[in-house]
Amino acid sequence: MMRSILTIAHLTLYEARRRRIVLAAILCGAAFLAIFSTALFLAYGELARGDGPSSFIERQVLLAGLTLAGLYAAGFLSALLAVLLPVDTLSGEIDSGVMQTLASKPIRRGDIILGKWIGHAVIVGTYLILLTGGVLAGSRWVAGAVLVNLPEAMALMLLEVLLLLTISIAGGTRLSTVTNGVMALGFYGIAFVGGFVEQVGSLGGVQSAKAVGILASLLSPTDVLWRLAAYRLQPEVVRNVGSQIFSGGAVPSSLMVWWALGFGVLTLAWAVRSFERRAL
Amino acid sequence: MNTPVIDTRALRKQFGRTLAVADLSVSVAPGEVFGFLGPNGAGKTTSIKMLLGLVAPTSGSATVLGAPLGDRAIRARIGFLPEHFRFHDCLTARELLRFHGRLYGMRGMPLDVRIDELLARVDMLDAADRPLRGYSKGMLQRAGLAQALLSEPELVFLDEPTSGLDPLGRLLVRDILSDLRERGTTVFLNSHLLGEVEATCDRVAFVKKGRVVYELDLARPTSGVLVEMRLSPIDACLIEGLARFGTDVTRSSADLIQMRVADDAVLPELSRWIVERGAALYSLSGRRKSLEEWFVEVMGEDQRPG
Repeated sequence: MMRSILTIAHLTLYEARRRRIVLAAILCGAAFLAIFSTALFLAYGELARGDGPSSFIERQVLLAGLTLAGLYAAGFLSALLAVLLPVDTLSGEIDSGVMQTLASKPIRRGDIILGKWIGHAVIVGTYLILLTGGVLAGSRWVAGAVLVNLPEAMALMLLEVLLLLTISIAGGTRLSTVTNGVMALGFYGIAFVGGFVEQVGSLGGVQSAKAVGILASLLSPTDVLWRLAAYRLQPEVVRNVGSQIFSGGAVPSSLMVWWALGFGVLTLAWAVRSFERRAL
Repeated sequence: MNTPVIDTRALRKQFGRTLAVADLSVSVAPGEVFGFLGPNGAGKTTSIKMLLGLVAPTSGSATVLGAPLGDRAIRARIGFLPEHFRFHDCLTARELLRFHGRLYGMRGMPLDVRIDELLARVDMLDAADRPLRGYSKGMLQRAGLAQALLSEPELVFLDEPTSGLDPLGRLLVRDILSDLRERGTTVFLNSHLLGEVEATCDRVAFVKKGRVVYELDLARPTSGVLVEMRLSPIDACLIEGLARFGTDVTRSSADLIQMRVADDAVLPELSRWIVERGAALYSLSGRRKSLEEWFVEVMGEDQRPG
């Protein structure tokens, strides 16, 4: 069983490399990091010349904000990759007839799902780590900005992209490529809007808006992971200045991490079951 | 009697309101090359998919190689070439075969040796290390045929194997089918090319509207021989006399008679009787009914397009 899963994962990685998908993603990521580092360099130059905030803490808040913005962009690019890279891996192969040849081999259909999940997870996870690592290294090197709890925050961001990847693969077991893409991006959109509404509700003290935001986070627990990561990344001194950057003052509960994890595992289990039962 | 390799009982598949297969009841013996014939939309591909476990039947039962449908271990003993074979076009034929070999649990040197053997068999050694995206339709089909034979299967399903092949490619497939027969491999062949089926199959089943309506043993044809003769004069006594040799005696024109006899062995005696009777015999030929004629007869005129 494990051998066939690894064989499918290997094919997924091999195909991504041969189709230059990885190369294109790396080039886009490199361009993003170059732009981010340049912007940070210029901003830090202005601060060093005495323009902008004068106190050390205010400068740290500004630099942390810029770094978090960079991390948010890195997470967004990785989320798009997590949704779009596997969006046609099942539906496309079913339509083209590739899947019939694969599924007629002496392997479980679940092995195909798990193999593809592992292959795509390696690509998307590596991409996220490279981008976020680049942002953190750039901000440290250019501006000396310091963020804390990096392993925990990276794990949360990784969970976010893996959840999106799982949704995209699960959708492919039943939906056409375009419908699946719309559905998976919609899932991400619900989380984004839900997080925004929850923050506005928290800042404005509007309980109903906060409740709607939490409900949206339960339906799509991706943005909540980012907000928790952003909160954890900020040093105490920055958090104490006022409302937290990207977490607005509504710090998500740690229980949401377990909810997201369970959500991902159940979705993957459903994908396996759904694919086992569908006609090819 | 040997246990059938494929044995289906009233297999049925319905997709929503669409009935794809109404009643598939066939039995295929070990080592048999079995043709599965029918017009487009008759349910041939769905039938193959059910037998491979790709589609679950709505009702009915079946065994393949003695196991129920969808048995995973049994699939190691089955090869499958789908209609219009496609695979990841960034792979080369060699990589494609290596990947599929691993899914069969094959590894290392034995796999590499088998790959080279098959690439040579389907005449693909020259193109083995080029990506599939540069292949013609026929080359893809041959690469697909090689992957179907990788595990030296006991049973091979071929869905339109000669589709997209030129005449030389078709000859190659015919040779491979002949090799498979010699090795005792059972072949389930779905094809529209009746000439190919006639040349390669031991037995055929005709499928119409998702139902097997007729089976024909090509190795032991039962239809007799169709005789056509030009002679004169033709009178009622002659026609009455000819009826002693066969059936369906018909006068098609002033000097042409058609009839059906049981076997070729009747022909010398028939011609001698005509000559002894004093009639002038200009020509006499006997031929068996072609598979195409069978097809049209079994399917009926209503299945003709247009």
